Amino acid sequence: MNISFWLNGVCVSGEAEPDTLLLDFLRQKGCYSVKRGCETANCGLCTVLMDGKPVLSCSVLAVRAEGHKIITLEGMQKEAEEFGSFLADEGAEQCGFCNPGFIMNVFAMLKEIPDPTEEEIREYLSGNLCRCSGFVGQTRSILKFLQYKKAQKEGEE
Amino acid sequence: MKYVNQPVRKSDAMSLVTGKPVYTDDLVPKDCLIVKILRSPYANAWIEDIRTGTAAQVSGIACVFTYKDVPQKRFTLAGQTYPEMSPYDRLILDRHVRFVGDAVAIVAGETEAAVDKALKRIKVKYRVEEPVLDIHTAMDHKTLVHPEGNWESKVPVGADNKRNLCASYTEESGNVEELLAQCKYTVDQVYHTKANQQAMMETFRSYCYMDHFGRLNVVSSTQIPFHVRRILGTALDIPSSKIRVIKPRIGGGFGAKQTAVSDVYPAFVTWKTGRPCKLVYSRYESQICSSPRHEMEIRVRAGADENGIVRVLDVYSLSNTGAYGEHGPTTVSLSGHKSIALYRHLEAYRFAYDVVYTNMQAAGAYRGYGATQGIFAVESAVNELAAQMHMDPVKIRELNMPLEGGPLPGYPDSPYATSCAMDQCMVRAKEMMDWDAKYPCRDMGNGKVRGVGVAMAMQGSSIAGVDVGGADLKLNEDGSYTLGLGCTDMGTGCDTIMAQIAAECLETSMENIVVFGVDTDISPYDSGSYASATTYTTGVAVMHACEALREKICALGAAMLDAEKAQVDFDGEYVYSSDKKVSLREIAVKGTCGNTQELQVTRSHSSQISPPPYMVGMAEVEIDKETGSVKVLDYVAVADCGTPINPNLARVQTEGGIAQGIGMALYEDVQYSEKGAVRNNSFMQYKIPSRMDIGSIRVDFRSSYEETGPFGAKSIGELVIDTPSPAIANAIYNAVGVRARELPITPEKIAMGILEQEERE
Repeated sequence: MNISFWLNGVCVSGEAEPDTLLLDFLRQKGCYSVKRGCETANCGLCTVLMDGKPVLSCSVLAVRAEGHKIITLEGMQKEAEEFGSFLADEGAEQCGFCNPGFIMNVFAMLKEIPDPTEEEIREYLSGNLCRCSGFVGQTRSILKFLQYKKAQKEGEE
Repeated sequence: MKYVNQPVRKSDAMSLVTGKPVYTDDLVPKDCLIVKILRSPYANAWIEDIRTGTAAQVSGIACVFTYKDVPQKRFTLAGQTYPEMSPYDRLILDRHVRFVGDAVAIVAGETEAAVDKALKRIKVKYRVEEPVLDIHTAMDHKTLVHPEGNWESKVPVGADNKRNLCASYTEESGNVEELLAQCKYTVDQVYHTKANQQAMMETFRSYCYMDHFGRLNVVSSTQIPFHVRRILGTALDIPSSKIRVIKPRIGGGFGAKQTAVSDVYPAFVTWKTGRPCKLVYSRYESQICSSPRHEMEIRVRAGADENGIVRVLDVYSLSNTGAYGEHGPTTVSLSGHKSIALYRHLEAYRFAYDVVYTNMQAAGAYRGYGATQGIFAVESAVNELAAQMHMDPVKIRELNMPLEGGPLPGYPDSPYATSCAMDQCMVRAKEMMDWDAKYPCRDMGNGKVRGVGVAMAMQGSSIAGVDVGGADLKLNEDGSYTLGLGCTDMGTGCDTIMAQIAAECLETSMENIVVFGVDTDISPYDSGSYASATTYTTGVAVMHACEALREKICALGAAMLDAEKAQVDFDGEYVYSSDKKVSLREIAVKGTCGNTQELQVTRSHSSQISPPPYMVGMAEVEIDKETGSVKVLDYVAVADCGTPINPNLARVQTEGGIAQGIGMALYEDVQYSEKGAVRNNSFMQYKIPSRMDIGSIRVDFRSSYEETGPFGAKSIGELVIDTPSPAIANAIYNAVGVRARELPITPEKIAMGILEQEERE
């Protein structure tokens, strides 16, 4: 069946089978940042935003996106560079394979909890697995990013 | 130094954090066939009959292959230097299937749906036989995992397929029995470590296509491109010159991809059909038919005198290589060589092992490579010795640890410690953990107890006299350099580390160095990234290449200045001769016009020793006495990896290895049903630590200087997974008195241990 939705601000349409997963549809549309790390909704690598909320695109049928707004990391390049540079400065991006899903969920978290505690960070991102970094470098990068954002805001005020 | 020992950002960082299409499956041609494998439901069976006719008729199916279609020469998938220590015991497809998940047929088609449909239509009649599923009875079992006549062990490692033996060995120095009899304190215990999955986030995958010269091109998520080239040549029974292997960015390896787990299937499809194809393993396949850590059961007998000097160690490892022998003979040797050497006063030691075939998935290389298993056993035994003599486990290590210039017993790859700061690591770890205040435990008064534990570890840096690192360096027309590498950055950052070394040696900026790797047609030969070899071995090759290229730059610069080569200097920007100078850019341009002296060099390096990096790990755990639930609150690690070329990357390697080690210690266990099927076949059942399971991990470095390494560097990548299991087990003992000798240490084991203790009292 033909479906259409807003992908990174642009209306896209295409043929999807009833069992096509959003993850596969997005990759077909060139959003290669969306990765599959498991098939069981455990790893968080395929996280994208649907109407501003994080979803696991491996567990959402492509047809469910009909008429909705989907954002992948391709649609947030500036933000990815800004936060990603903090991750890179810790060396915590490592193999990079989990980065897109992780970063999408970081953005979702900061929208919901603008100033999260370390405990809130761990809880919110608990579904984003990473096998390289041991997580603590990721946490450092988030805390430093928050500090930078705070300083930036104070500078503006 | 400008770049070495600096926390430089990885050169590929920004493309990774912005999600650019740089991994294998992001690069596949649009028209490529999808390859999938039909897998055996039985642990030990023979294919009596296999019918593929109706499968091949499914619309869109390009080919269906069975054992009848493949070459009959056996090979190993182990990524090792030729001749491999691992036995040649595989075919691409075999009539005899040896574990649940073994390959039965290959199907390739235009869509996934067509391939799935065809897989269901293949009709197989099996003759099912009794499987070997217990390591204790595997040797000389009436069932042979490899009864075939053309099984071959190329290197004398004590293997015998008629006894289900993949390797067997004994070495002894001094009189072990006599010393054990003399020692006031002795321990004789068996420790059991389980199979673990590396669980890198990107599963095994590769895609293949034929090029304009009729050669097979393989783009693979691999740690061993040059070995894959040779392995495919053998497996497909074609000259390796017909094969080119390319490694793009890869999503983690941890040793899993030191075995060519998935490459043979798509390679065979493309070679036979001429069509491009890809094979992407599902997580399910990565769990049931990949290359996990060797399960080992290790008996340790240890003896110490009344002063706490460990005088004798006897280590026997029984290792489970599964259905095929990849890395079987080699991993097990580290279980003794890297653990016994931690005790410098040994007057006698014995190390023996048997590696057995079973009908379980083949094991492989996993970070630590046997050292992890052996260190868990020996460090646990020493902790038991310390407990017997009522000695602080830190103290017994202070008395016995390796010291710089001192002996490393039973470690032939470096008989004495050329560089070692283990003593400083212990001092720093104690201070960070506040050990003296926290040892052994604190009752929190709410049913919970906190305990601390300690362990030491060492690994190697490369395989002595075997591993080869390569660097190819050229000066480009614009004054930039291209550094061609054959080592395989798998996210660890070795491309960046090599560029740091080159920038330092060439006195230029990181931005002026283009790093290229890996393509077996173009890159210099390199054994690949494993055995903690890359920084230590390839790093020196890079240094040598830089020295040689500087010579050439000076020679051409001198000629341009009409000076003698001996009279000129090069500062990275200009070549000077007394009052005259010529810029690197001018020399580079000259190199492209009327020049007969190539501004390009290739250097190889191999080390005759494997100097160990060292680490002290300390864990603080909290245990709920009621439920046995255990949490690692804090982990302190202090490492001596020589000079950390990039302290940020060394730190993250350490943090990541410790988190993986915590998984091994507390959660991860590849379990089998009584019929031999893996129970933990997804991330639902196989739980790797999430960020909720990791308390704080605090890392520091105390650096010795290794003369044979680049700028004094040794390795870091594998060492870091070795301390968590023994340190956490020790912390649990110190908290509640339960001795865990089998991993993972689940709440059930702790709760049952507490109950047994109460019954005894």
